[in-house]
Amino acid sequence: MKNKKHRLLKKLRRILPAEAVLGDEEQLRPYECDALSAYRRLPMIAVLPDNVAQVRAVLQLCAREQVPVVARGAGTGLSGGALPRTDGVLLVMARFNRILAVDEHNRTATVQPGVTNLAVSEAVAHLGLFYAPDPSSQLACTIGGNVAENSGGVHCLKYGLTVHNIMEVKAVTMDGTALTLGGRALDAPGFDLAALITGSEGLLGVIVEVTVKLLPQPDTARVLLAAFDQVEKAGDGVAAVIGAGIIPAGLEMMDNPAIRATEEFAGAGYPVDAEAILLCEVDGMAEEVAAQMETVDALLRQAGAVHIRAARDEHERALFWSGRKGAFPAVGRISPDYYCIDGTIPRRELGRVLRHIKKLSAEFNLRVANVFHAGDGNLHPLILYDANVPGELERTEELAAAILQHCVEVGGTITGEHGVGVEKINQMCTQFNARELAQMHAVKSAFDPGGLLNPGKAVPTLARCAEFGAMHVHHGKVAFPELERF
Amino acid sequence: MAATDHDASAELLRAVKQARKEKRALRIRGGGSKDFLGRELNGDVLATVSHHGITAYDPAELVVTVRAGTSVTALSAALAAHRQMLGFEPPEFGGRATVGGTVASGLSGPRRPYAGSARDFVLGLTCITGKAQLLRFGGQVIKNVAGYDLSRLMAGAMGTLAVLCEVSFKVLPLPAAERGLAFSVTQDAALQMLAGWARKPLPLSGAAYHDSLLRIRLSGARSAVDAAAAAMGGDADGGDGDVAWWRQLREFDLPFFTAGGAPLWRVSLPPAARPRLPGDSLVDWGGAQHWLRSEAPAANIFNAAQNAGGHAVRFPLGEGESGGVYLSPLPAALLRLHQKLKTAFDPDGVLNRGRLCAEF
Repeated sequence: MKNKKHRLLKKLRRILPAEAVLGDEEQLRPYECDALSAYRRLPMIAVLPDNVAQVRAVLQLCAREQVPVVARGAGTGLSGGALPRTDGVLLVMARFNRILAVDEHNRTATVQPGVTNLAVSEAVAHLGLFYAPDPSSQLACTIGGNVAENSGGVHCLKYGLTVHNIMEVKAVTMDGTALTLGGRALDAPGFDLAALITGSEGLLGVIVEVTVKLLPQPDTARVLLAAFDQVEKAGDGVAAVIGAGIIPAGLEMMDNPAIRATEEFAGAGYPVDAEAILLCEVDGMAEEVAAQMETVDALLRQAGAVHIRAARDEHERALFWSGRKGAFPAVGRISPDYYCIDGTIPRRELGRVLRHIKKLSAEFNLRVANVFHAGDGNLHPLILYDANVPGELERTEELAAAILQHCVEVGGTITGEHGVGVEKINQMCTQFNARELAQMHAVKSAFDPGGLLNPGKAVPTLARCAEFGAMHVHHGKVAFPELERF
Repeated sequence: MAATDHDASAELLRAVKQARKEKRALRIRGGGSKDFLGRELNGDVLATVSHHGITAYDPAELVVTVRAGTSVTALSAALAAHRQMLGFEPPEFGGRATVGGTVASGLSGPRRPYAGSARDFVLGLTCITGKAQLLRFGGQVIKNVAGYDLSRLMAGAMGTLAVLCEVSFKVLPLPAAERGLAFSVTQDAALQMLAGWARKPLPLSGAAYHDSLLRIRLSGARSAVDAAAAAMGGDADGGDGDVAWWRQLREFDLPFFTAGGAPLWRVSLPPAARPRLPGDSLVDWGGAQHWLRSEAPAANIFNAAQNAGGHAVRFPLGEGESGGVYLSPLPAALLRLHQKLKTAFDPDGVLNRGRLCAEF
């Protein structure tokens, strides 16, 4: 192992400047985890290339030497997708941080993958344009990582996910081949490989350049805050707004534990005795926004809102959002640790799912606060725990697994926007059967026959599912009847 | 089509299994409205129209799940009953277009640049691969990043990877108001105006240019449509009656399409491109799609499209068979990857052989 590392370091230093090849433990320490810090591993080696030729050369070398490679952007991912391999090279894309071109006439920006999400919108704001996907980590997270994870954000229901907002992706496969997927014109010929690589969690290729779509900034955005004495009534309110043909720019729900935690932290003016609050933002032309605000107000009152307040100005609008956007850190203040889940459910199941979570929370003796992208059904239960209490992290992970299992049972999915990574690899066995997973592995092989790019993430091996399936029964059936048990 | 819903997935699965065993090619066919599209048609017809019906629809979820043989017209009617629609405005081809063929060909209508494409609205699907396996990818929820996005990969793959069985779409509310505007201007002026408007948050849902007329469609809340119309002006009659023109455009019912003439091409370009295309054209998608009638050889058209930053598709609507020409050629590395993916889904080449690419 030591010899192998030594040999590889030498070869990498022929490709890259010495300072871009890291092999000492103290140099590697900052890269041992992403934002899912419960999982940590030191990479064997980390490299920081700053051009495509270097990326190709590193991949070709690693393919020849049969060394696994994990690509990493800013390391803000929440599912361990950038968790290094102790026997592998970590390909850090942070130096790819330039905006290459802004094409105001075609409304696109071409950026390197290490450019942060927010930097794109900031660079084009003077043109009246913006880049729509806005994950909560947008200050730090990078476009390359956004594409790899198909990141969402608060405004997905109206503006779509990353996959809906990119035109062209340049990527390098494990054998060093450079590919252009999608294109500057709509509906590129052949298979939609830009869609395929989006959300592929770094398993198919290393993203080296992205051309994103830019949208005109809305004239006006207004938000209102509605309080409910029952979570189900808030759910009814959401259904009523959407049933009336309104697609809000943002539609967020929080339950009482989440409201209490954030109000203490942010002082956003949330009613702490409410069982649930809804934040509903509409944007567009001023005339349209005014009319829709009236409709939303009436619909939410009909659904049983006990209290509704519209933000009077930009300052109050920012204040309303500060609570929601600060929900995670706020929960972090009332508990030594918290664990964020990312299930998606059909919205009609919200009441049932929240009741079930409450029951599980009591069973596992762990507190849960719920924040919810209510418009698109993406639920983020936050489990409060203390990692210093022996066994509590394990219990937390079991509770998380039980919640995700329930999301799948009601017709939802195990991850809406954070990705599978290492974290939810077992739950993939709940959501997909052996043949579906085998098909995914076949697709992986078409790009990376040696299985060297980010191995062990996103798509579980069938053997792993067989082990996991021994403990779990899916839709009343054992998950992999055709596989031998061990 | 039968009046009642029918699940024919077991028959479809059996047919693919049998064909695979006999190494026989299958040609997937719904309503036959797009028989003209693609390189060539090979194999025995695998009819999907008997597999039809809406299996799940909850308007408040903005999601509908529908069997592939269902006609787009029937689906649109069911959605319209709840004041909803398919956001990508696919052509219905006189009621013959099916959901499966629409997704497989990735065809989107005039609303596409403003709302998204067929693939953008696919949330998940079930399909039968060439290995005769019935698989489910994606889901019935708007946000889902579990596993590779193999459902969106099926959009535009022309049935070369799998037979589509059931598709879940995100749907959109029908706009409360629609209005057409028209402007008599030159093509250059039209493209200039479009570029300016595209940078403003206007409720655009269509922008096309032909015969010295720039046509605009606005959709949304009544107040927004009226305010936008007032701001944009227009010198021709812009009443609600003009909205019918957009339906004719979507359905290829305009004289440009029906009168015949030189071979028809669809050229997709960056919207600000000022291409030199050899022939008469109708510009749609706010400048991003040029319908072209041209006698020029295919290679010239592919080159012209490439030089302008885009690609071309042969669209021999009403002309009989396309004679082996379909898409702008793929670069070698990309073609190799296509072949490997084809093998990953359909190793024996059972499904729609040669329809997308000569190589598979």
